[in-house]
Amino acid sequence: MSLTVAFVALLAGVVVWGLLARKLTAKPWERSAAPEEIEAGSTAGLPPAKIGLWALLAVVTSLFGLFISAYYMRMEHAHGDWTPLAVPRQLWVNTALLVLSSAAMEWARGGARRAQMDRLRTGLTAGGVLAWAFLAGQLLAWRQLSASGYFVASNPAVAFFYLLTAVHGLHLLGGLFVWGKTVFRMARPGVELVDLRLSVELCTVYWHYLLLVWLVLFAVLLST
Amino acid sequence: MAYVAIADRDHVLHDPETFIRKYIWSQDHKVIAIQYSVTAIAIGLVALGMSVLMRLQLGFPHAFSLIAPNNYYQFITMHGMIMVIYLLTALFLGGFGNYLIPLMCGARDMVFPYMNMLSYWVYLLAVLVLVAGFFIPGGPTGAGWTLYPPQSVLPGTPGSSWGIIFMLVSLGIFIVAFTMGGLNYVTTVLQARCRGMTLMRMPLSVWGIFMATVLGLLAFPALLVGAVMMTLDSLLGTSFFLPAVVSMGQPPTHSGGSPLLFQHLFWFFGHPEVYIVALPAFGIVSDLLSTHARRHIFGYRMMVWAILAIGCLSFVVWAHHMYVSGMNPYFGFFFATTTLIIAVPTAIKVYNWVLTLWRGDIHLTVPMLFAIGFIFTFVNGGLTGLFLGNVTVDVPLSATYFVVAHFHMVMGVSPILVVFGAIYHWYPKITGRMLNDTLGRIHFWLTFLGTYAIYLPMHYLGILGVPRRYYAFGGTEFLPESVQSVNAAITISALFVAAVQLVFLFNLIWSLSKGKPAGGNPWRATTLEWQTPDTPPKHGNWGPKLPVVHRWAYDYSVPGAKEDFIPQNQPPDALTPAGREQEPAS
Repeated sequence: MSLTVAFVALLAGVVVWGLLARKLTAKPWERSAAPEEIEAGSTAGLPPAKIGLWALLAVVTSLFGLFISAYYMRMEHAHGDWTPLAVPRQLWVNTALLVLSSAAMEWARGGARRAQMDRLRTGLTAGGVLAWAFLAGQLLAWRQLSASGYFVASNPAVAFFYLLTAVHGLHLLGGLFVWGKTVFRMARPGVELVDLRLSVELCTVYWHYLLLVWLVLFAVLLST
Repeated sequence: MAYVAIADRDHVLHDPETFIRKYIWSQDHKVIAIQYSVTAIAIGLVALGMSVLMRLQLGFPHAFSLIAPNNYYQFITMHGMIMVIYLLTALFLGGFGNYLIPLMCGARDMVFPYMNMLSYWVYLLAVLVLVAGFFIPGGPTGAGWTLYPPQSVLPGTPGSSWGIIFMLVSLGIFIVAFTMGGLNYVTTVLQARCRGMTLMRMPLSVWGIFMATVLGLLAFPALLVGAVMMTLDSLLGTSFFLPAVVSMGQPPTHSGGSPLLFQHLFWFFGHPEVYIVALPAFGIVSDLLSTHARRHIFGYRMMVWAILAIGCLSFVVWAHHMYVSGMNPYFGFFFATTTLIIAVPTAIKVYNWVLTLWRGDIHLTVPMLFAIGFIFTFVNGGLTGLFLGNVTVDVPLSATYFVVAHFHMVMGVSPILVVFGAIYHWYPKITGRMLNDTLGRIHFWLTFLGTYAIYLPMHYLGILGVPRRYYAFGGTEFLPESVQSVNAAITISALFVAAVQLVFLFNLIWSLSKGKPAGGNPWRATTLEWQTPDTPPKHGNWGPKLPVVHRWAYDYSVPGAKEDFIPQNQPPDALTPAGREQEPAS
């Protein structure tokens, strides 16, 4: 595992260096005789909220990455107490719901880009509702699992199932909070597309990200 | 465009008017910085008090009946946790990060001021939950600051039922607070710098704080994962970390969990945490040395690269804290190697600090004394780190006072000296008044020499084999009698050092109203925070117009310039009639 981490760190370092090499090799103490060019301070011409979101996604990636490492290490260290989990079928339905939810958000983003307010409204509403449906489906999966006698303390595979789905669900709830605020703003009379565009874009990015996380988690849960 | 939206507002800034909006629910980064700092110092004093109690027990065993073995372990735990996380992390990033990033980058505020405010209040909640741990049945946890399972949740350890839960919950809340603050710091540095402030013109303080924040954002999740899973083990009976243990004759309640997994998670956070504390100190000390030696920092680019390199390497050394866990020798070899590699960029930094002083016009001001003191203590602690980085040396020394001496020197005393230096340096900007110089000198010398008197002998104790973590010694005939005398001497020094901090506190409060008025730029420094139109800076920092940066942060003693410093925002044509500057001699 440590080698993987080292490799990923090395890769990240190379990428960062590649992106920033010109900036990081500047010699600030030298002055040229030519008239000074004053560079804008910001590193990328993006709204701060976008940079903030990408930074948050990096943090969340670290969190889920560590949960997944813990999952595999616990499996490896298990002394015969790891019983592979029969993943509830419901999860396949839920996955489809989340994919649709993400697609609806993308549809909304397209609406925001092409200044089609109706499309934005439909997409955003559908995306949120489908995400709620996904969460309801996850709860249903929990109930099915506990009905068949698997509680959180029964066995580590089950415990990880509850834990990972809960953490993913909480992140989705956070997204739905922002979604709720956006919908609330959308419902106000006289709202302009320009007021919503950034929120819709940020929600879409976050939705796609959580879909990706879910697909990885699902694969991990299936691989016991 | 983005940057226009946050920086060059042409409409009037809405200054907060009511007292509450201005000082309590404030969104101003400077007020939030002070709130963070005051809270961190207050809780730090609690941790200082606990270290005094521990020292009294060690120096004069059984003389104080109020310190029972249980209390001793609770003090150890809380002292460590508070000092590392609730004091140093919060003070460097929440305090100095908040104050310095917008001012040094030429921004009006953090990019998400509301979230910044929230960050402080959530941090305060974390501190309150931590303190609440003292008042619950069983008291706070006494598991050691590493909280290793299974002992942290098994009966026998103080606070194993509720204390540990309060600790874990408090850590979780702290991580939420830190993440909100950290996203702000990173985004502000990347996105809200004023015109002309390229990445390589940023002062090293900002670089250090920036990289430390990145480390924190990526490393704290490991602690969160550990905390969540341990809470579940403790409350819901899962077996993530807990193996089958027969405890107090009861049949095992858990089975198959892996204590080692927790150690990995903890140290995957714990080692970057060392650099979360060290990197801001590195950055700040670079600026202090350069300003007070009136000389540009030596090897600026190397310093930035070293910060980046240390940051990346700090994620691949964590298991050097676990050599005694019985790991595979190849594993240990790998981590010993990375640990020794990380010494290279660190040594580059030390050489560059010393070379900055070389032939500088050194002003032995109080901040400078602390900065130079830092070089001594850091080299000392760093060298013992090279010993402990090797598996064969670490294994016999790991459970002794040698380790206590090492980590206190390298991440206790060293960063704290920088904190003091930084407070003496920036207090005039924060309050508009100078701290008293004589009291400052007394504070420095007694703290500096006093901490040496505490920690230097501990190295010898460690080599003698005096075990750490012990409440009292007995059945340790291999230790000479003199060990007890050394322990008593250490305790007396510790009492002195603790008392001297009261002088500092007095100075902080007294100078608030009685200090010499400082003026805008008492140290004649180049960086932007000293060029604000008002001191202390008002809401929005810069008045109607944002500064424009024309040079790096280290134009000290430039040949041909009128003064021995050129502020970063001074346009080139203001220097010489020809509109061109002299070439610097470097």
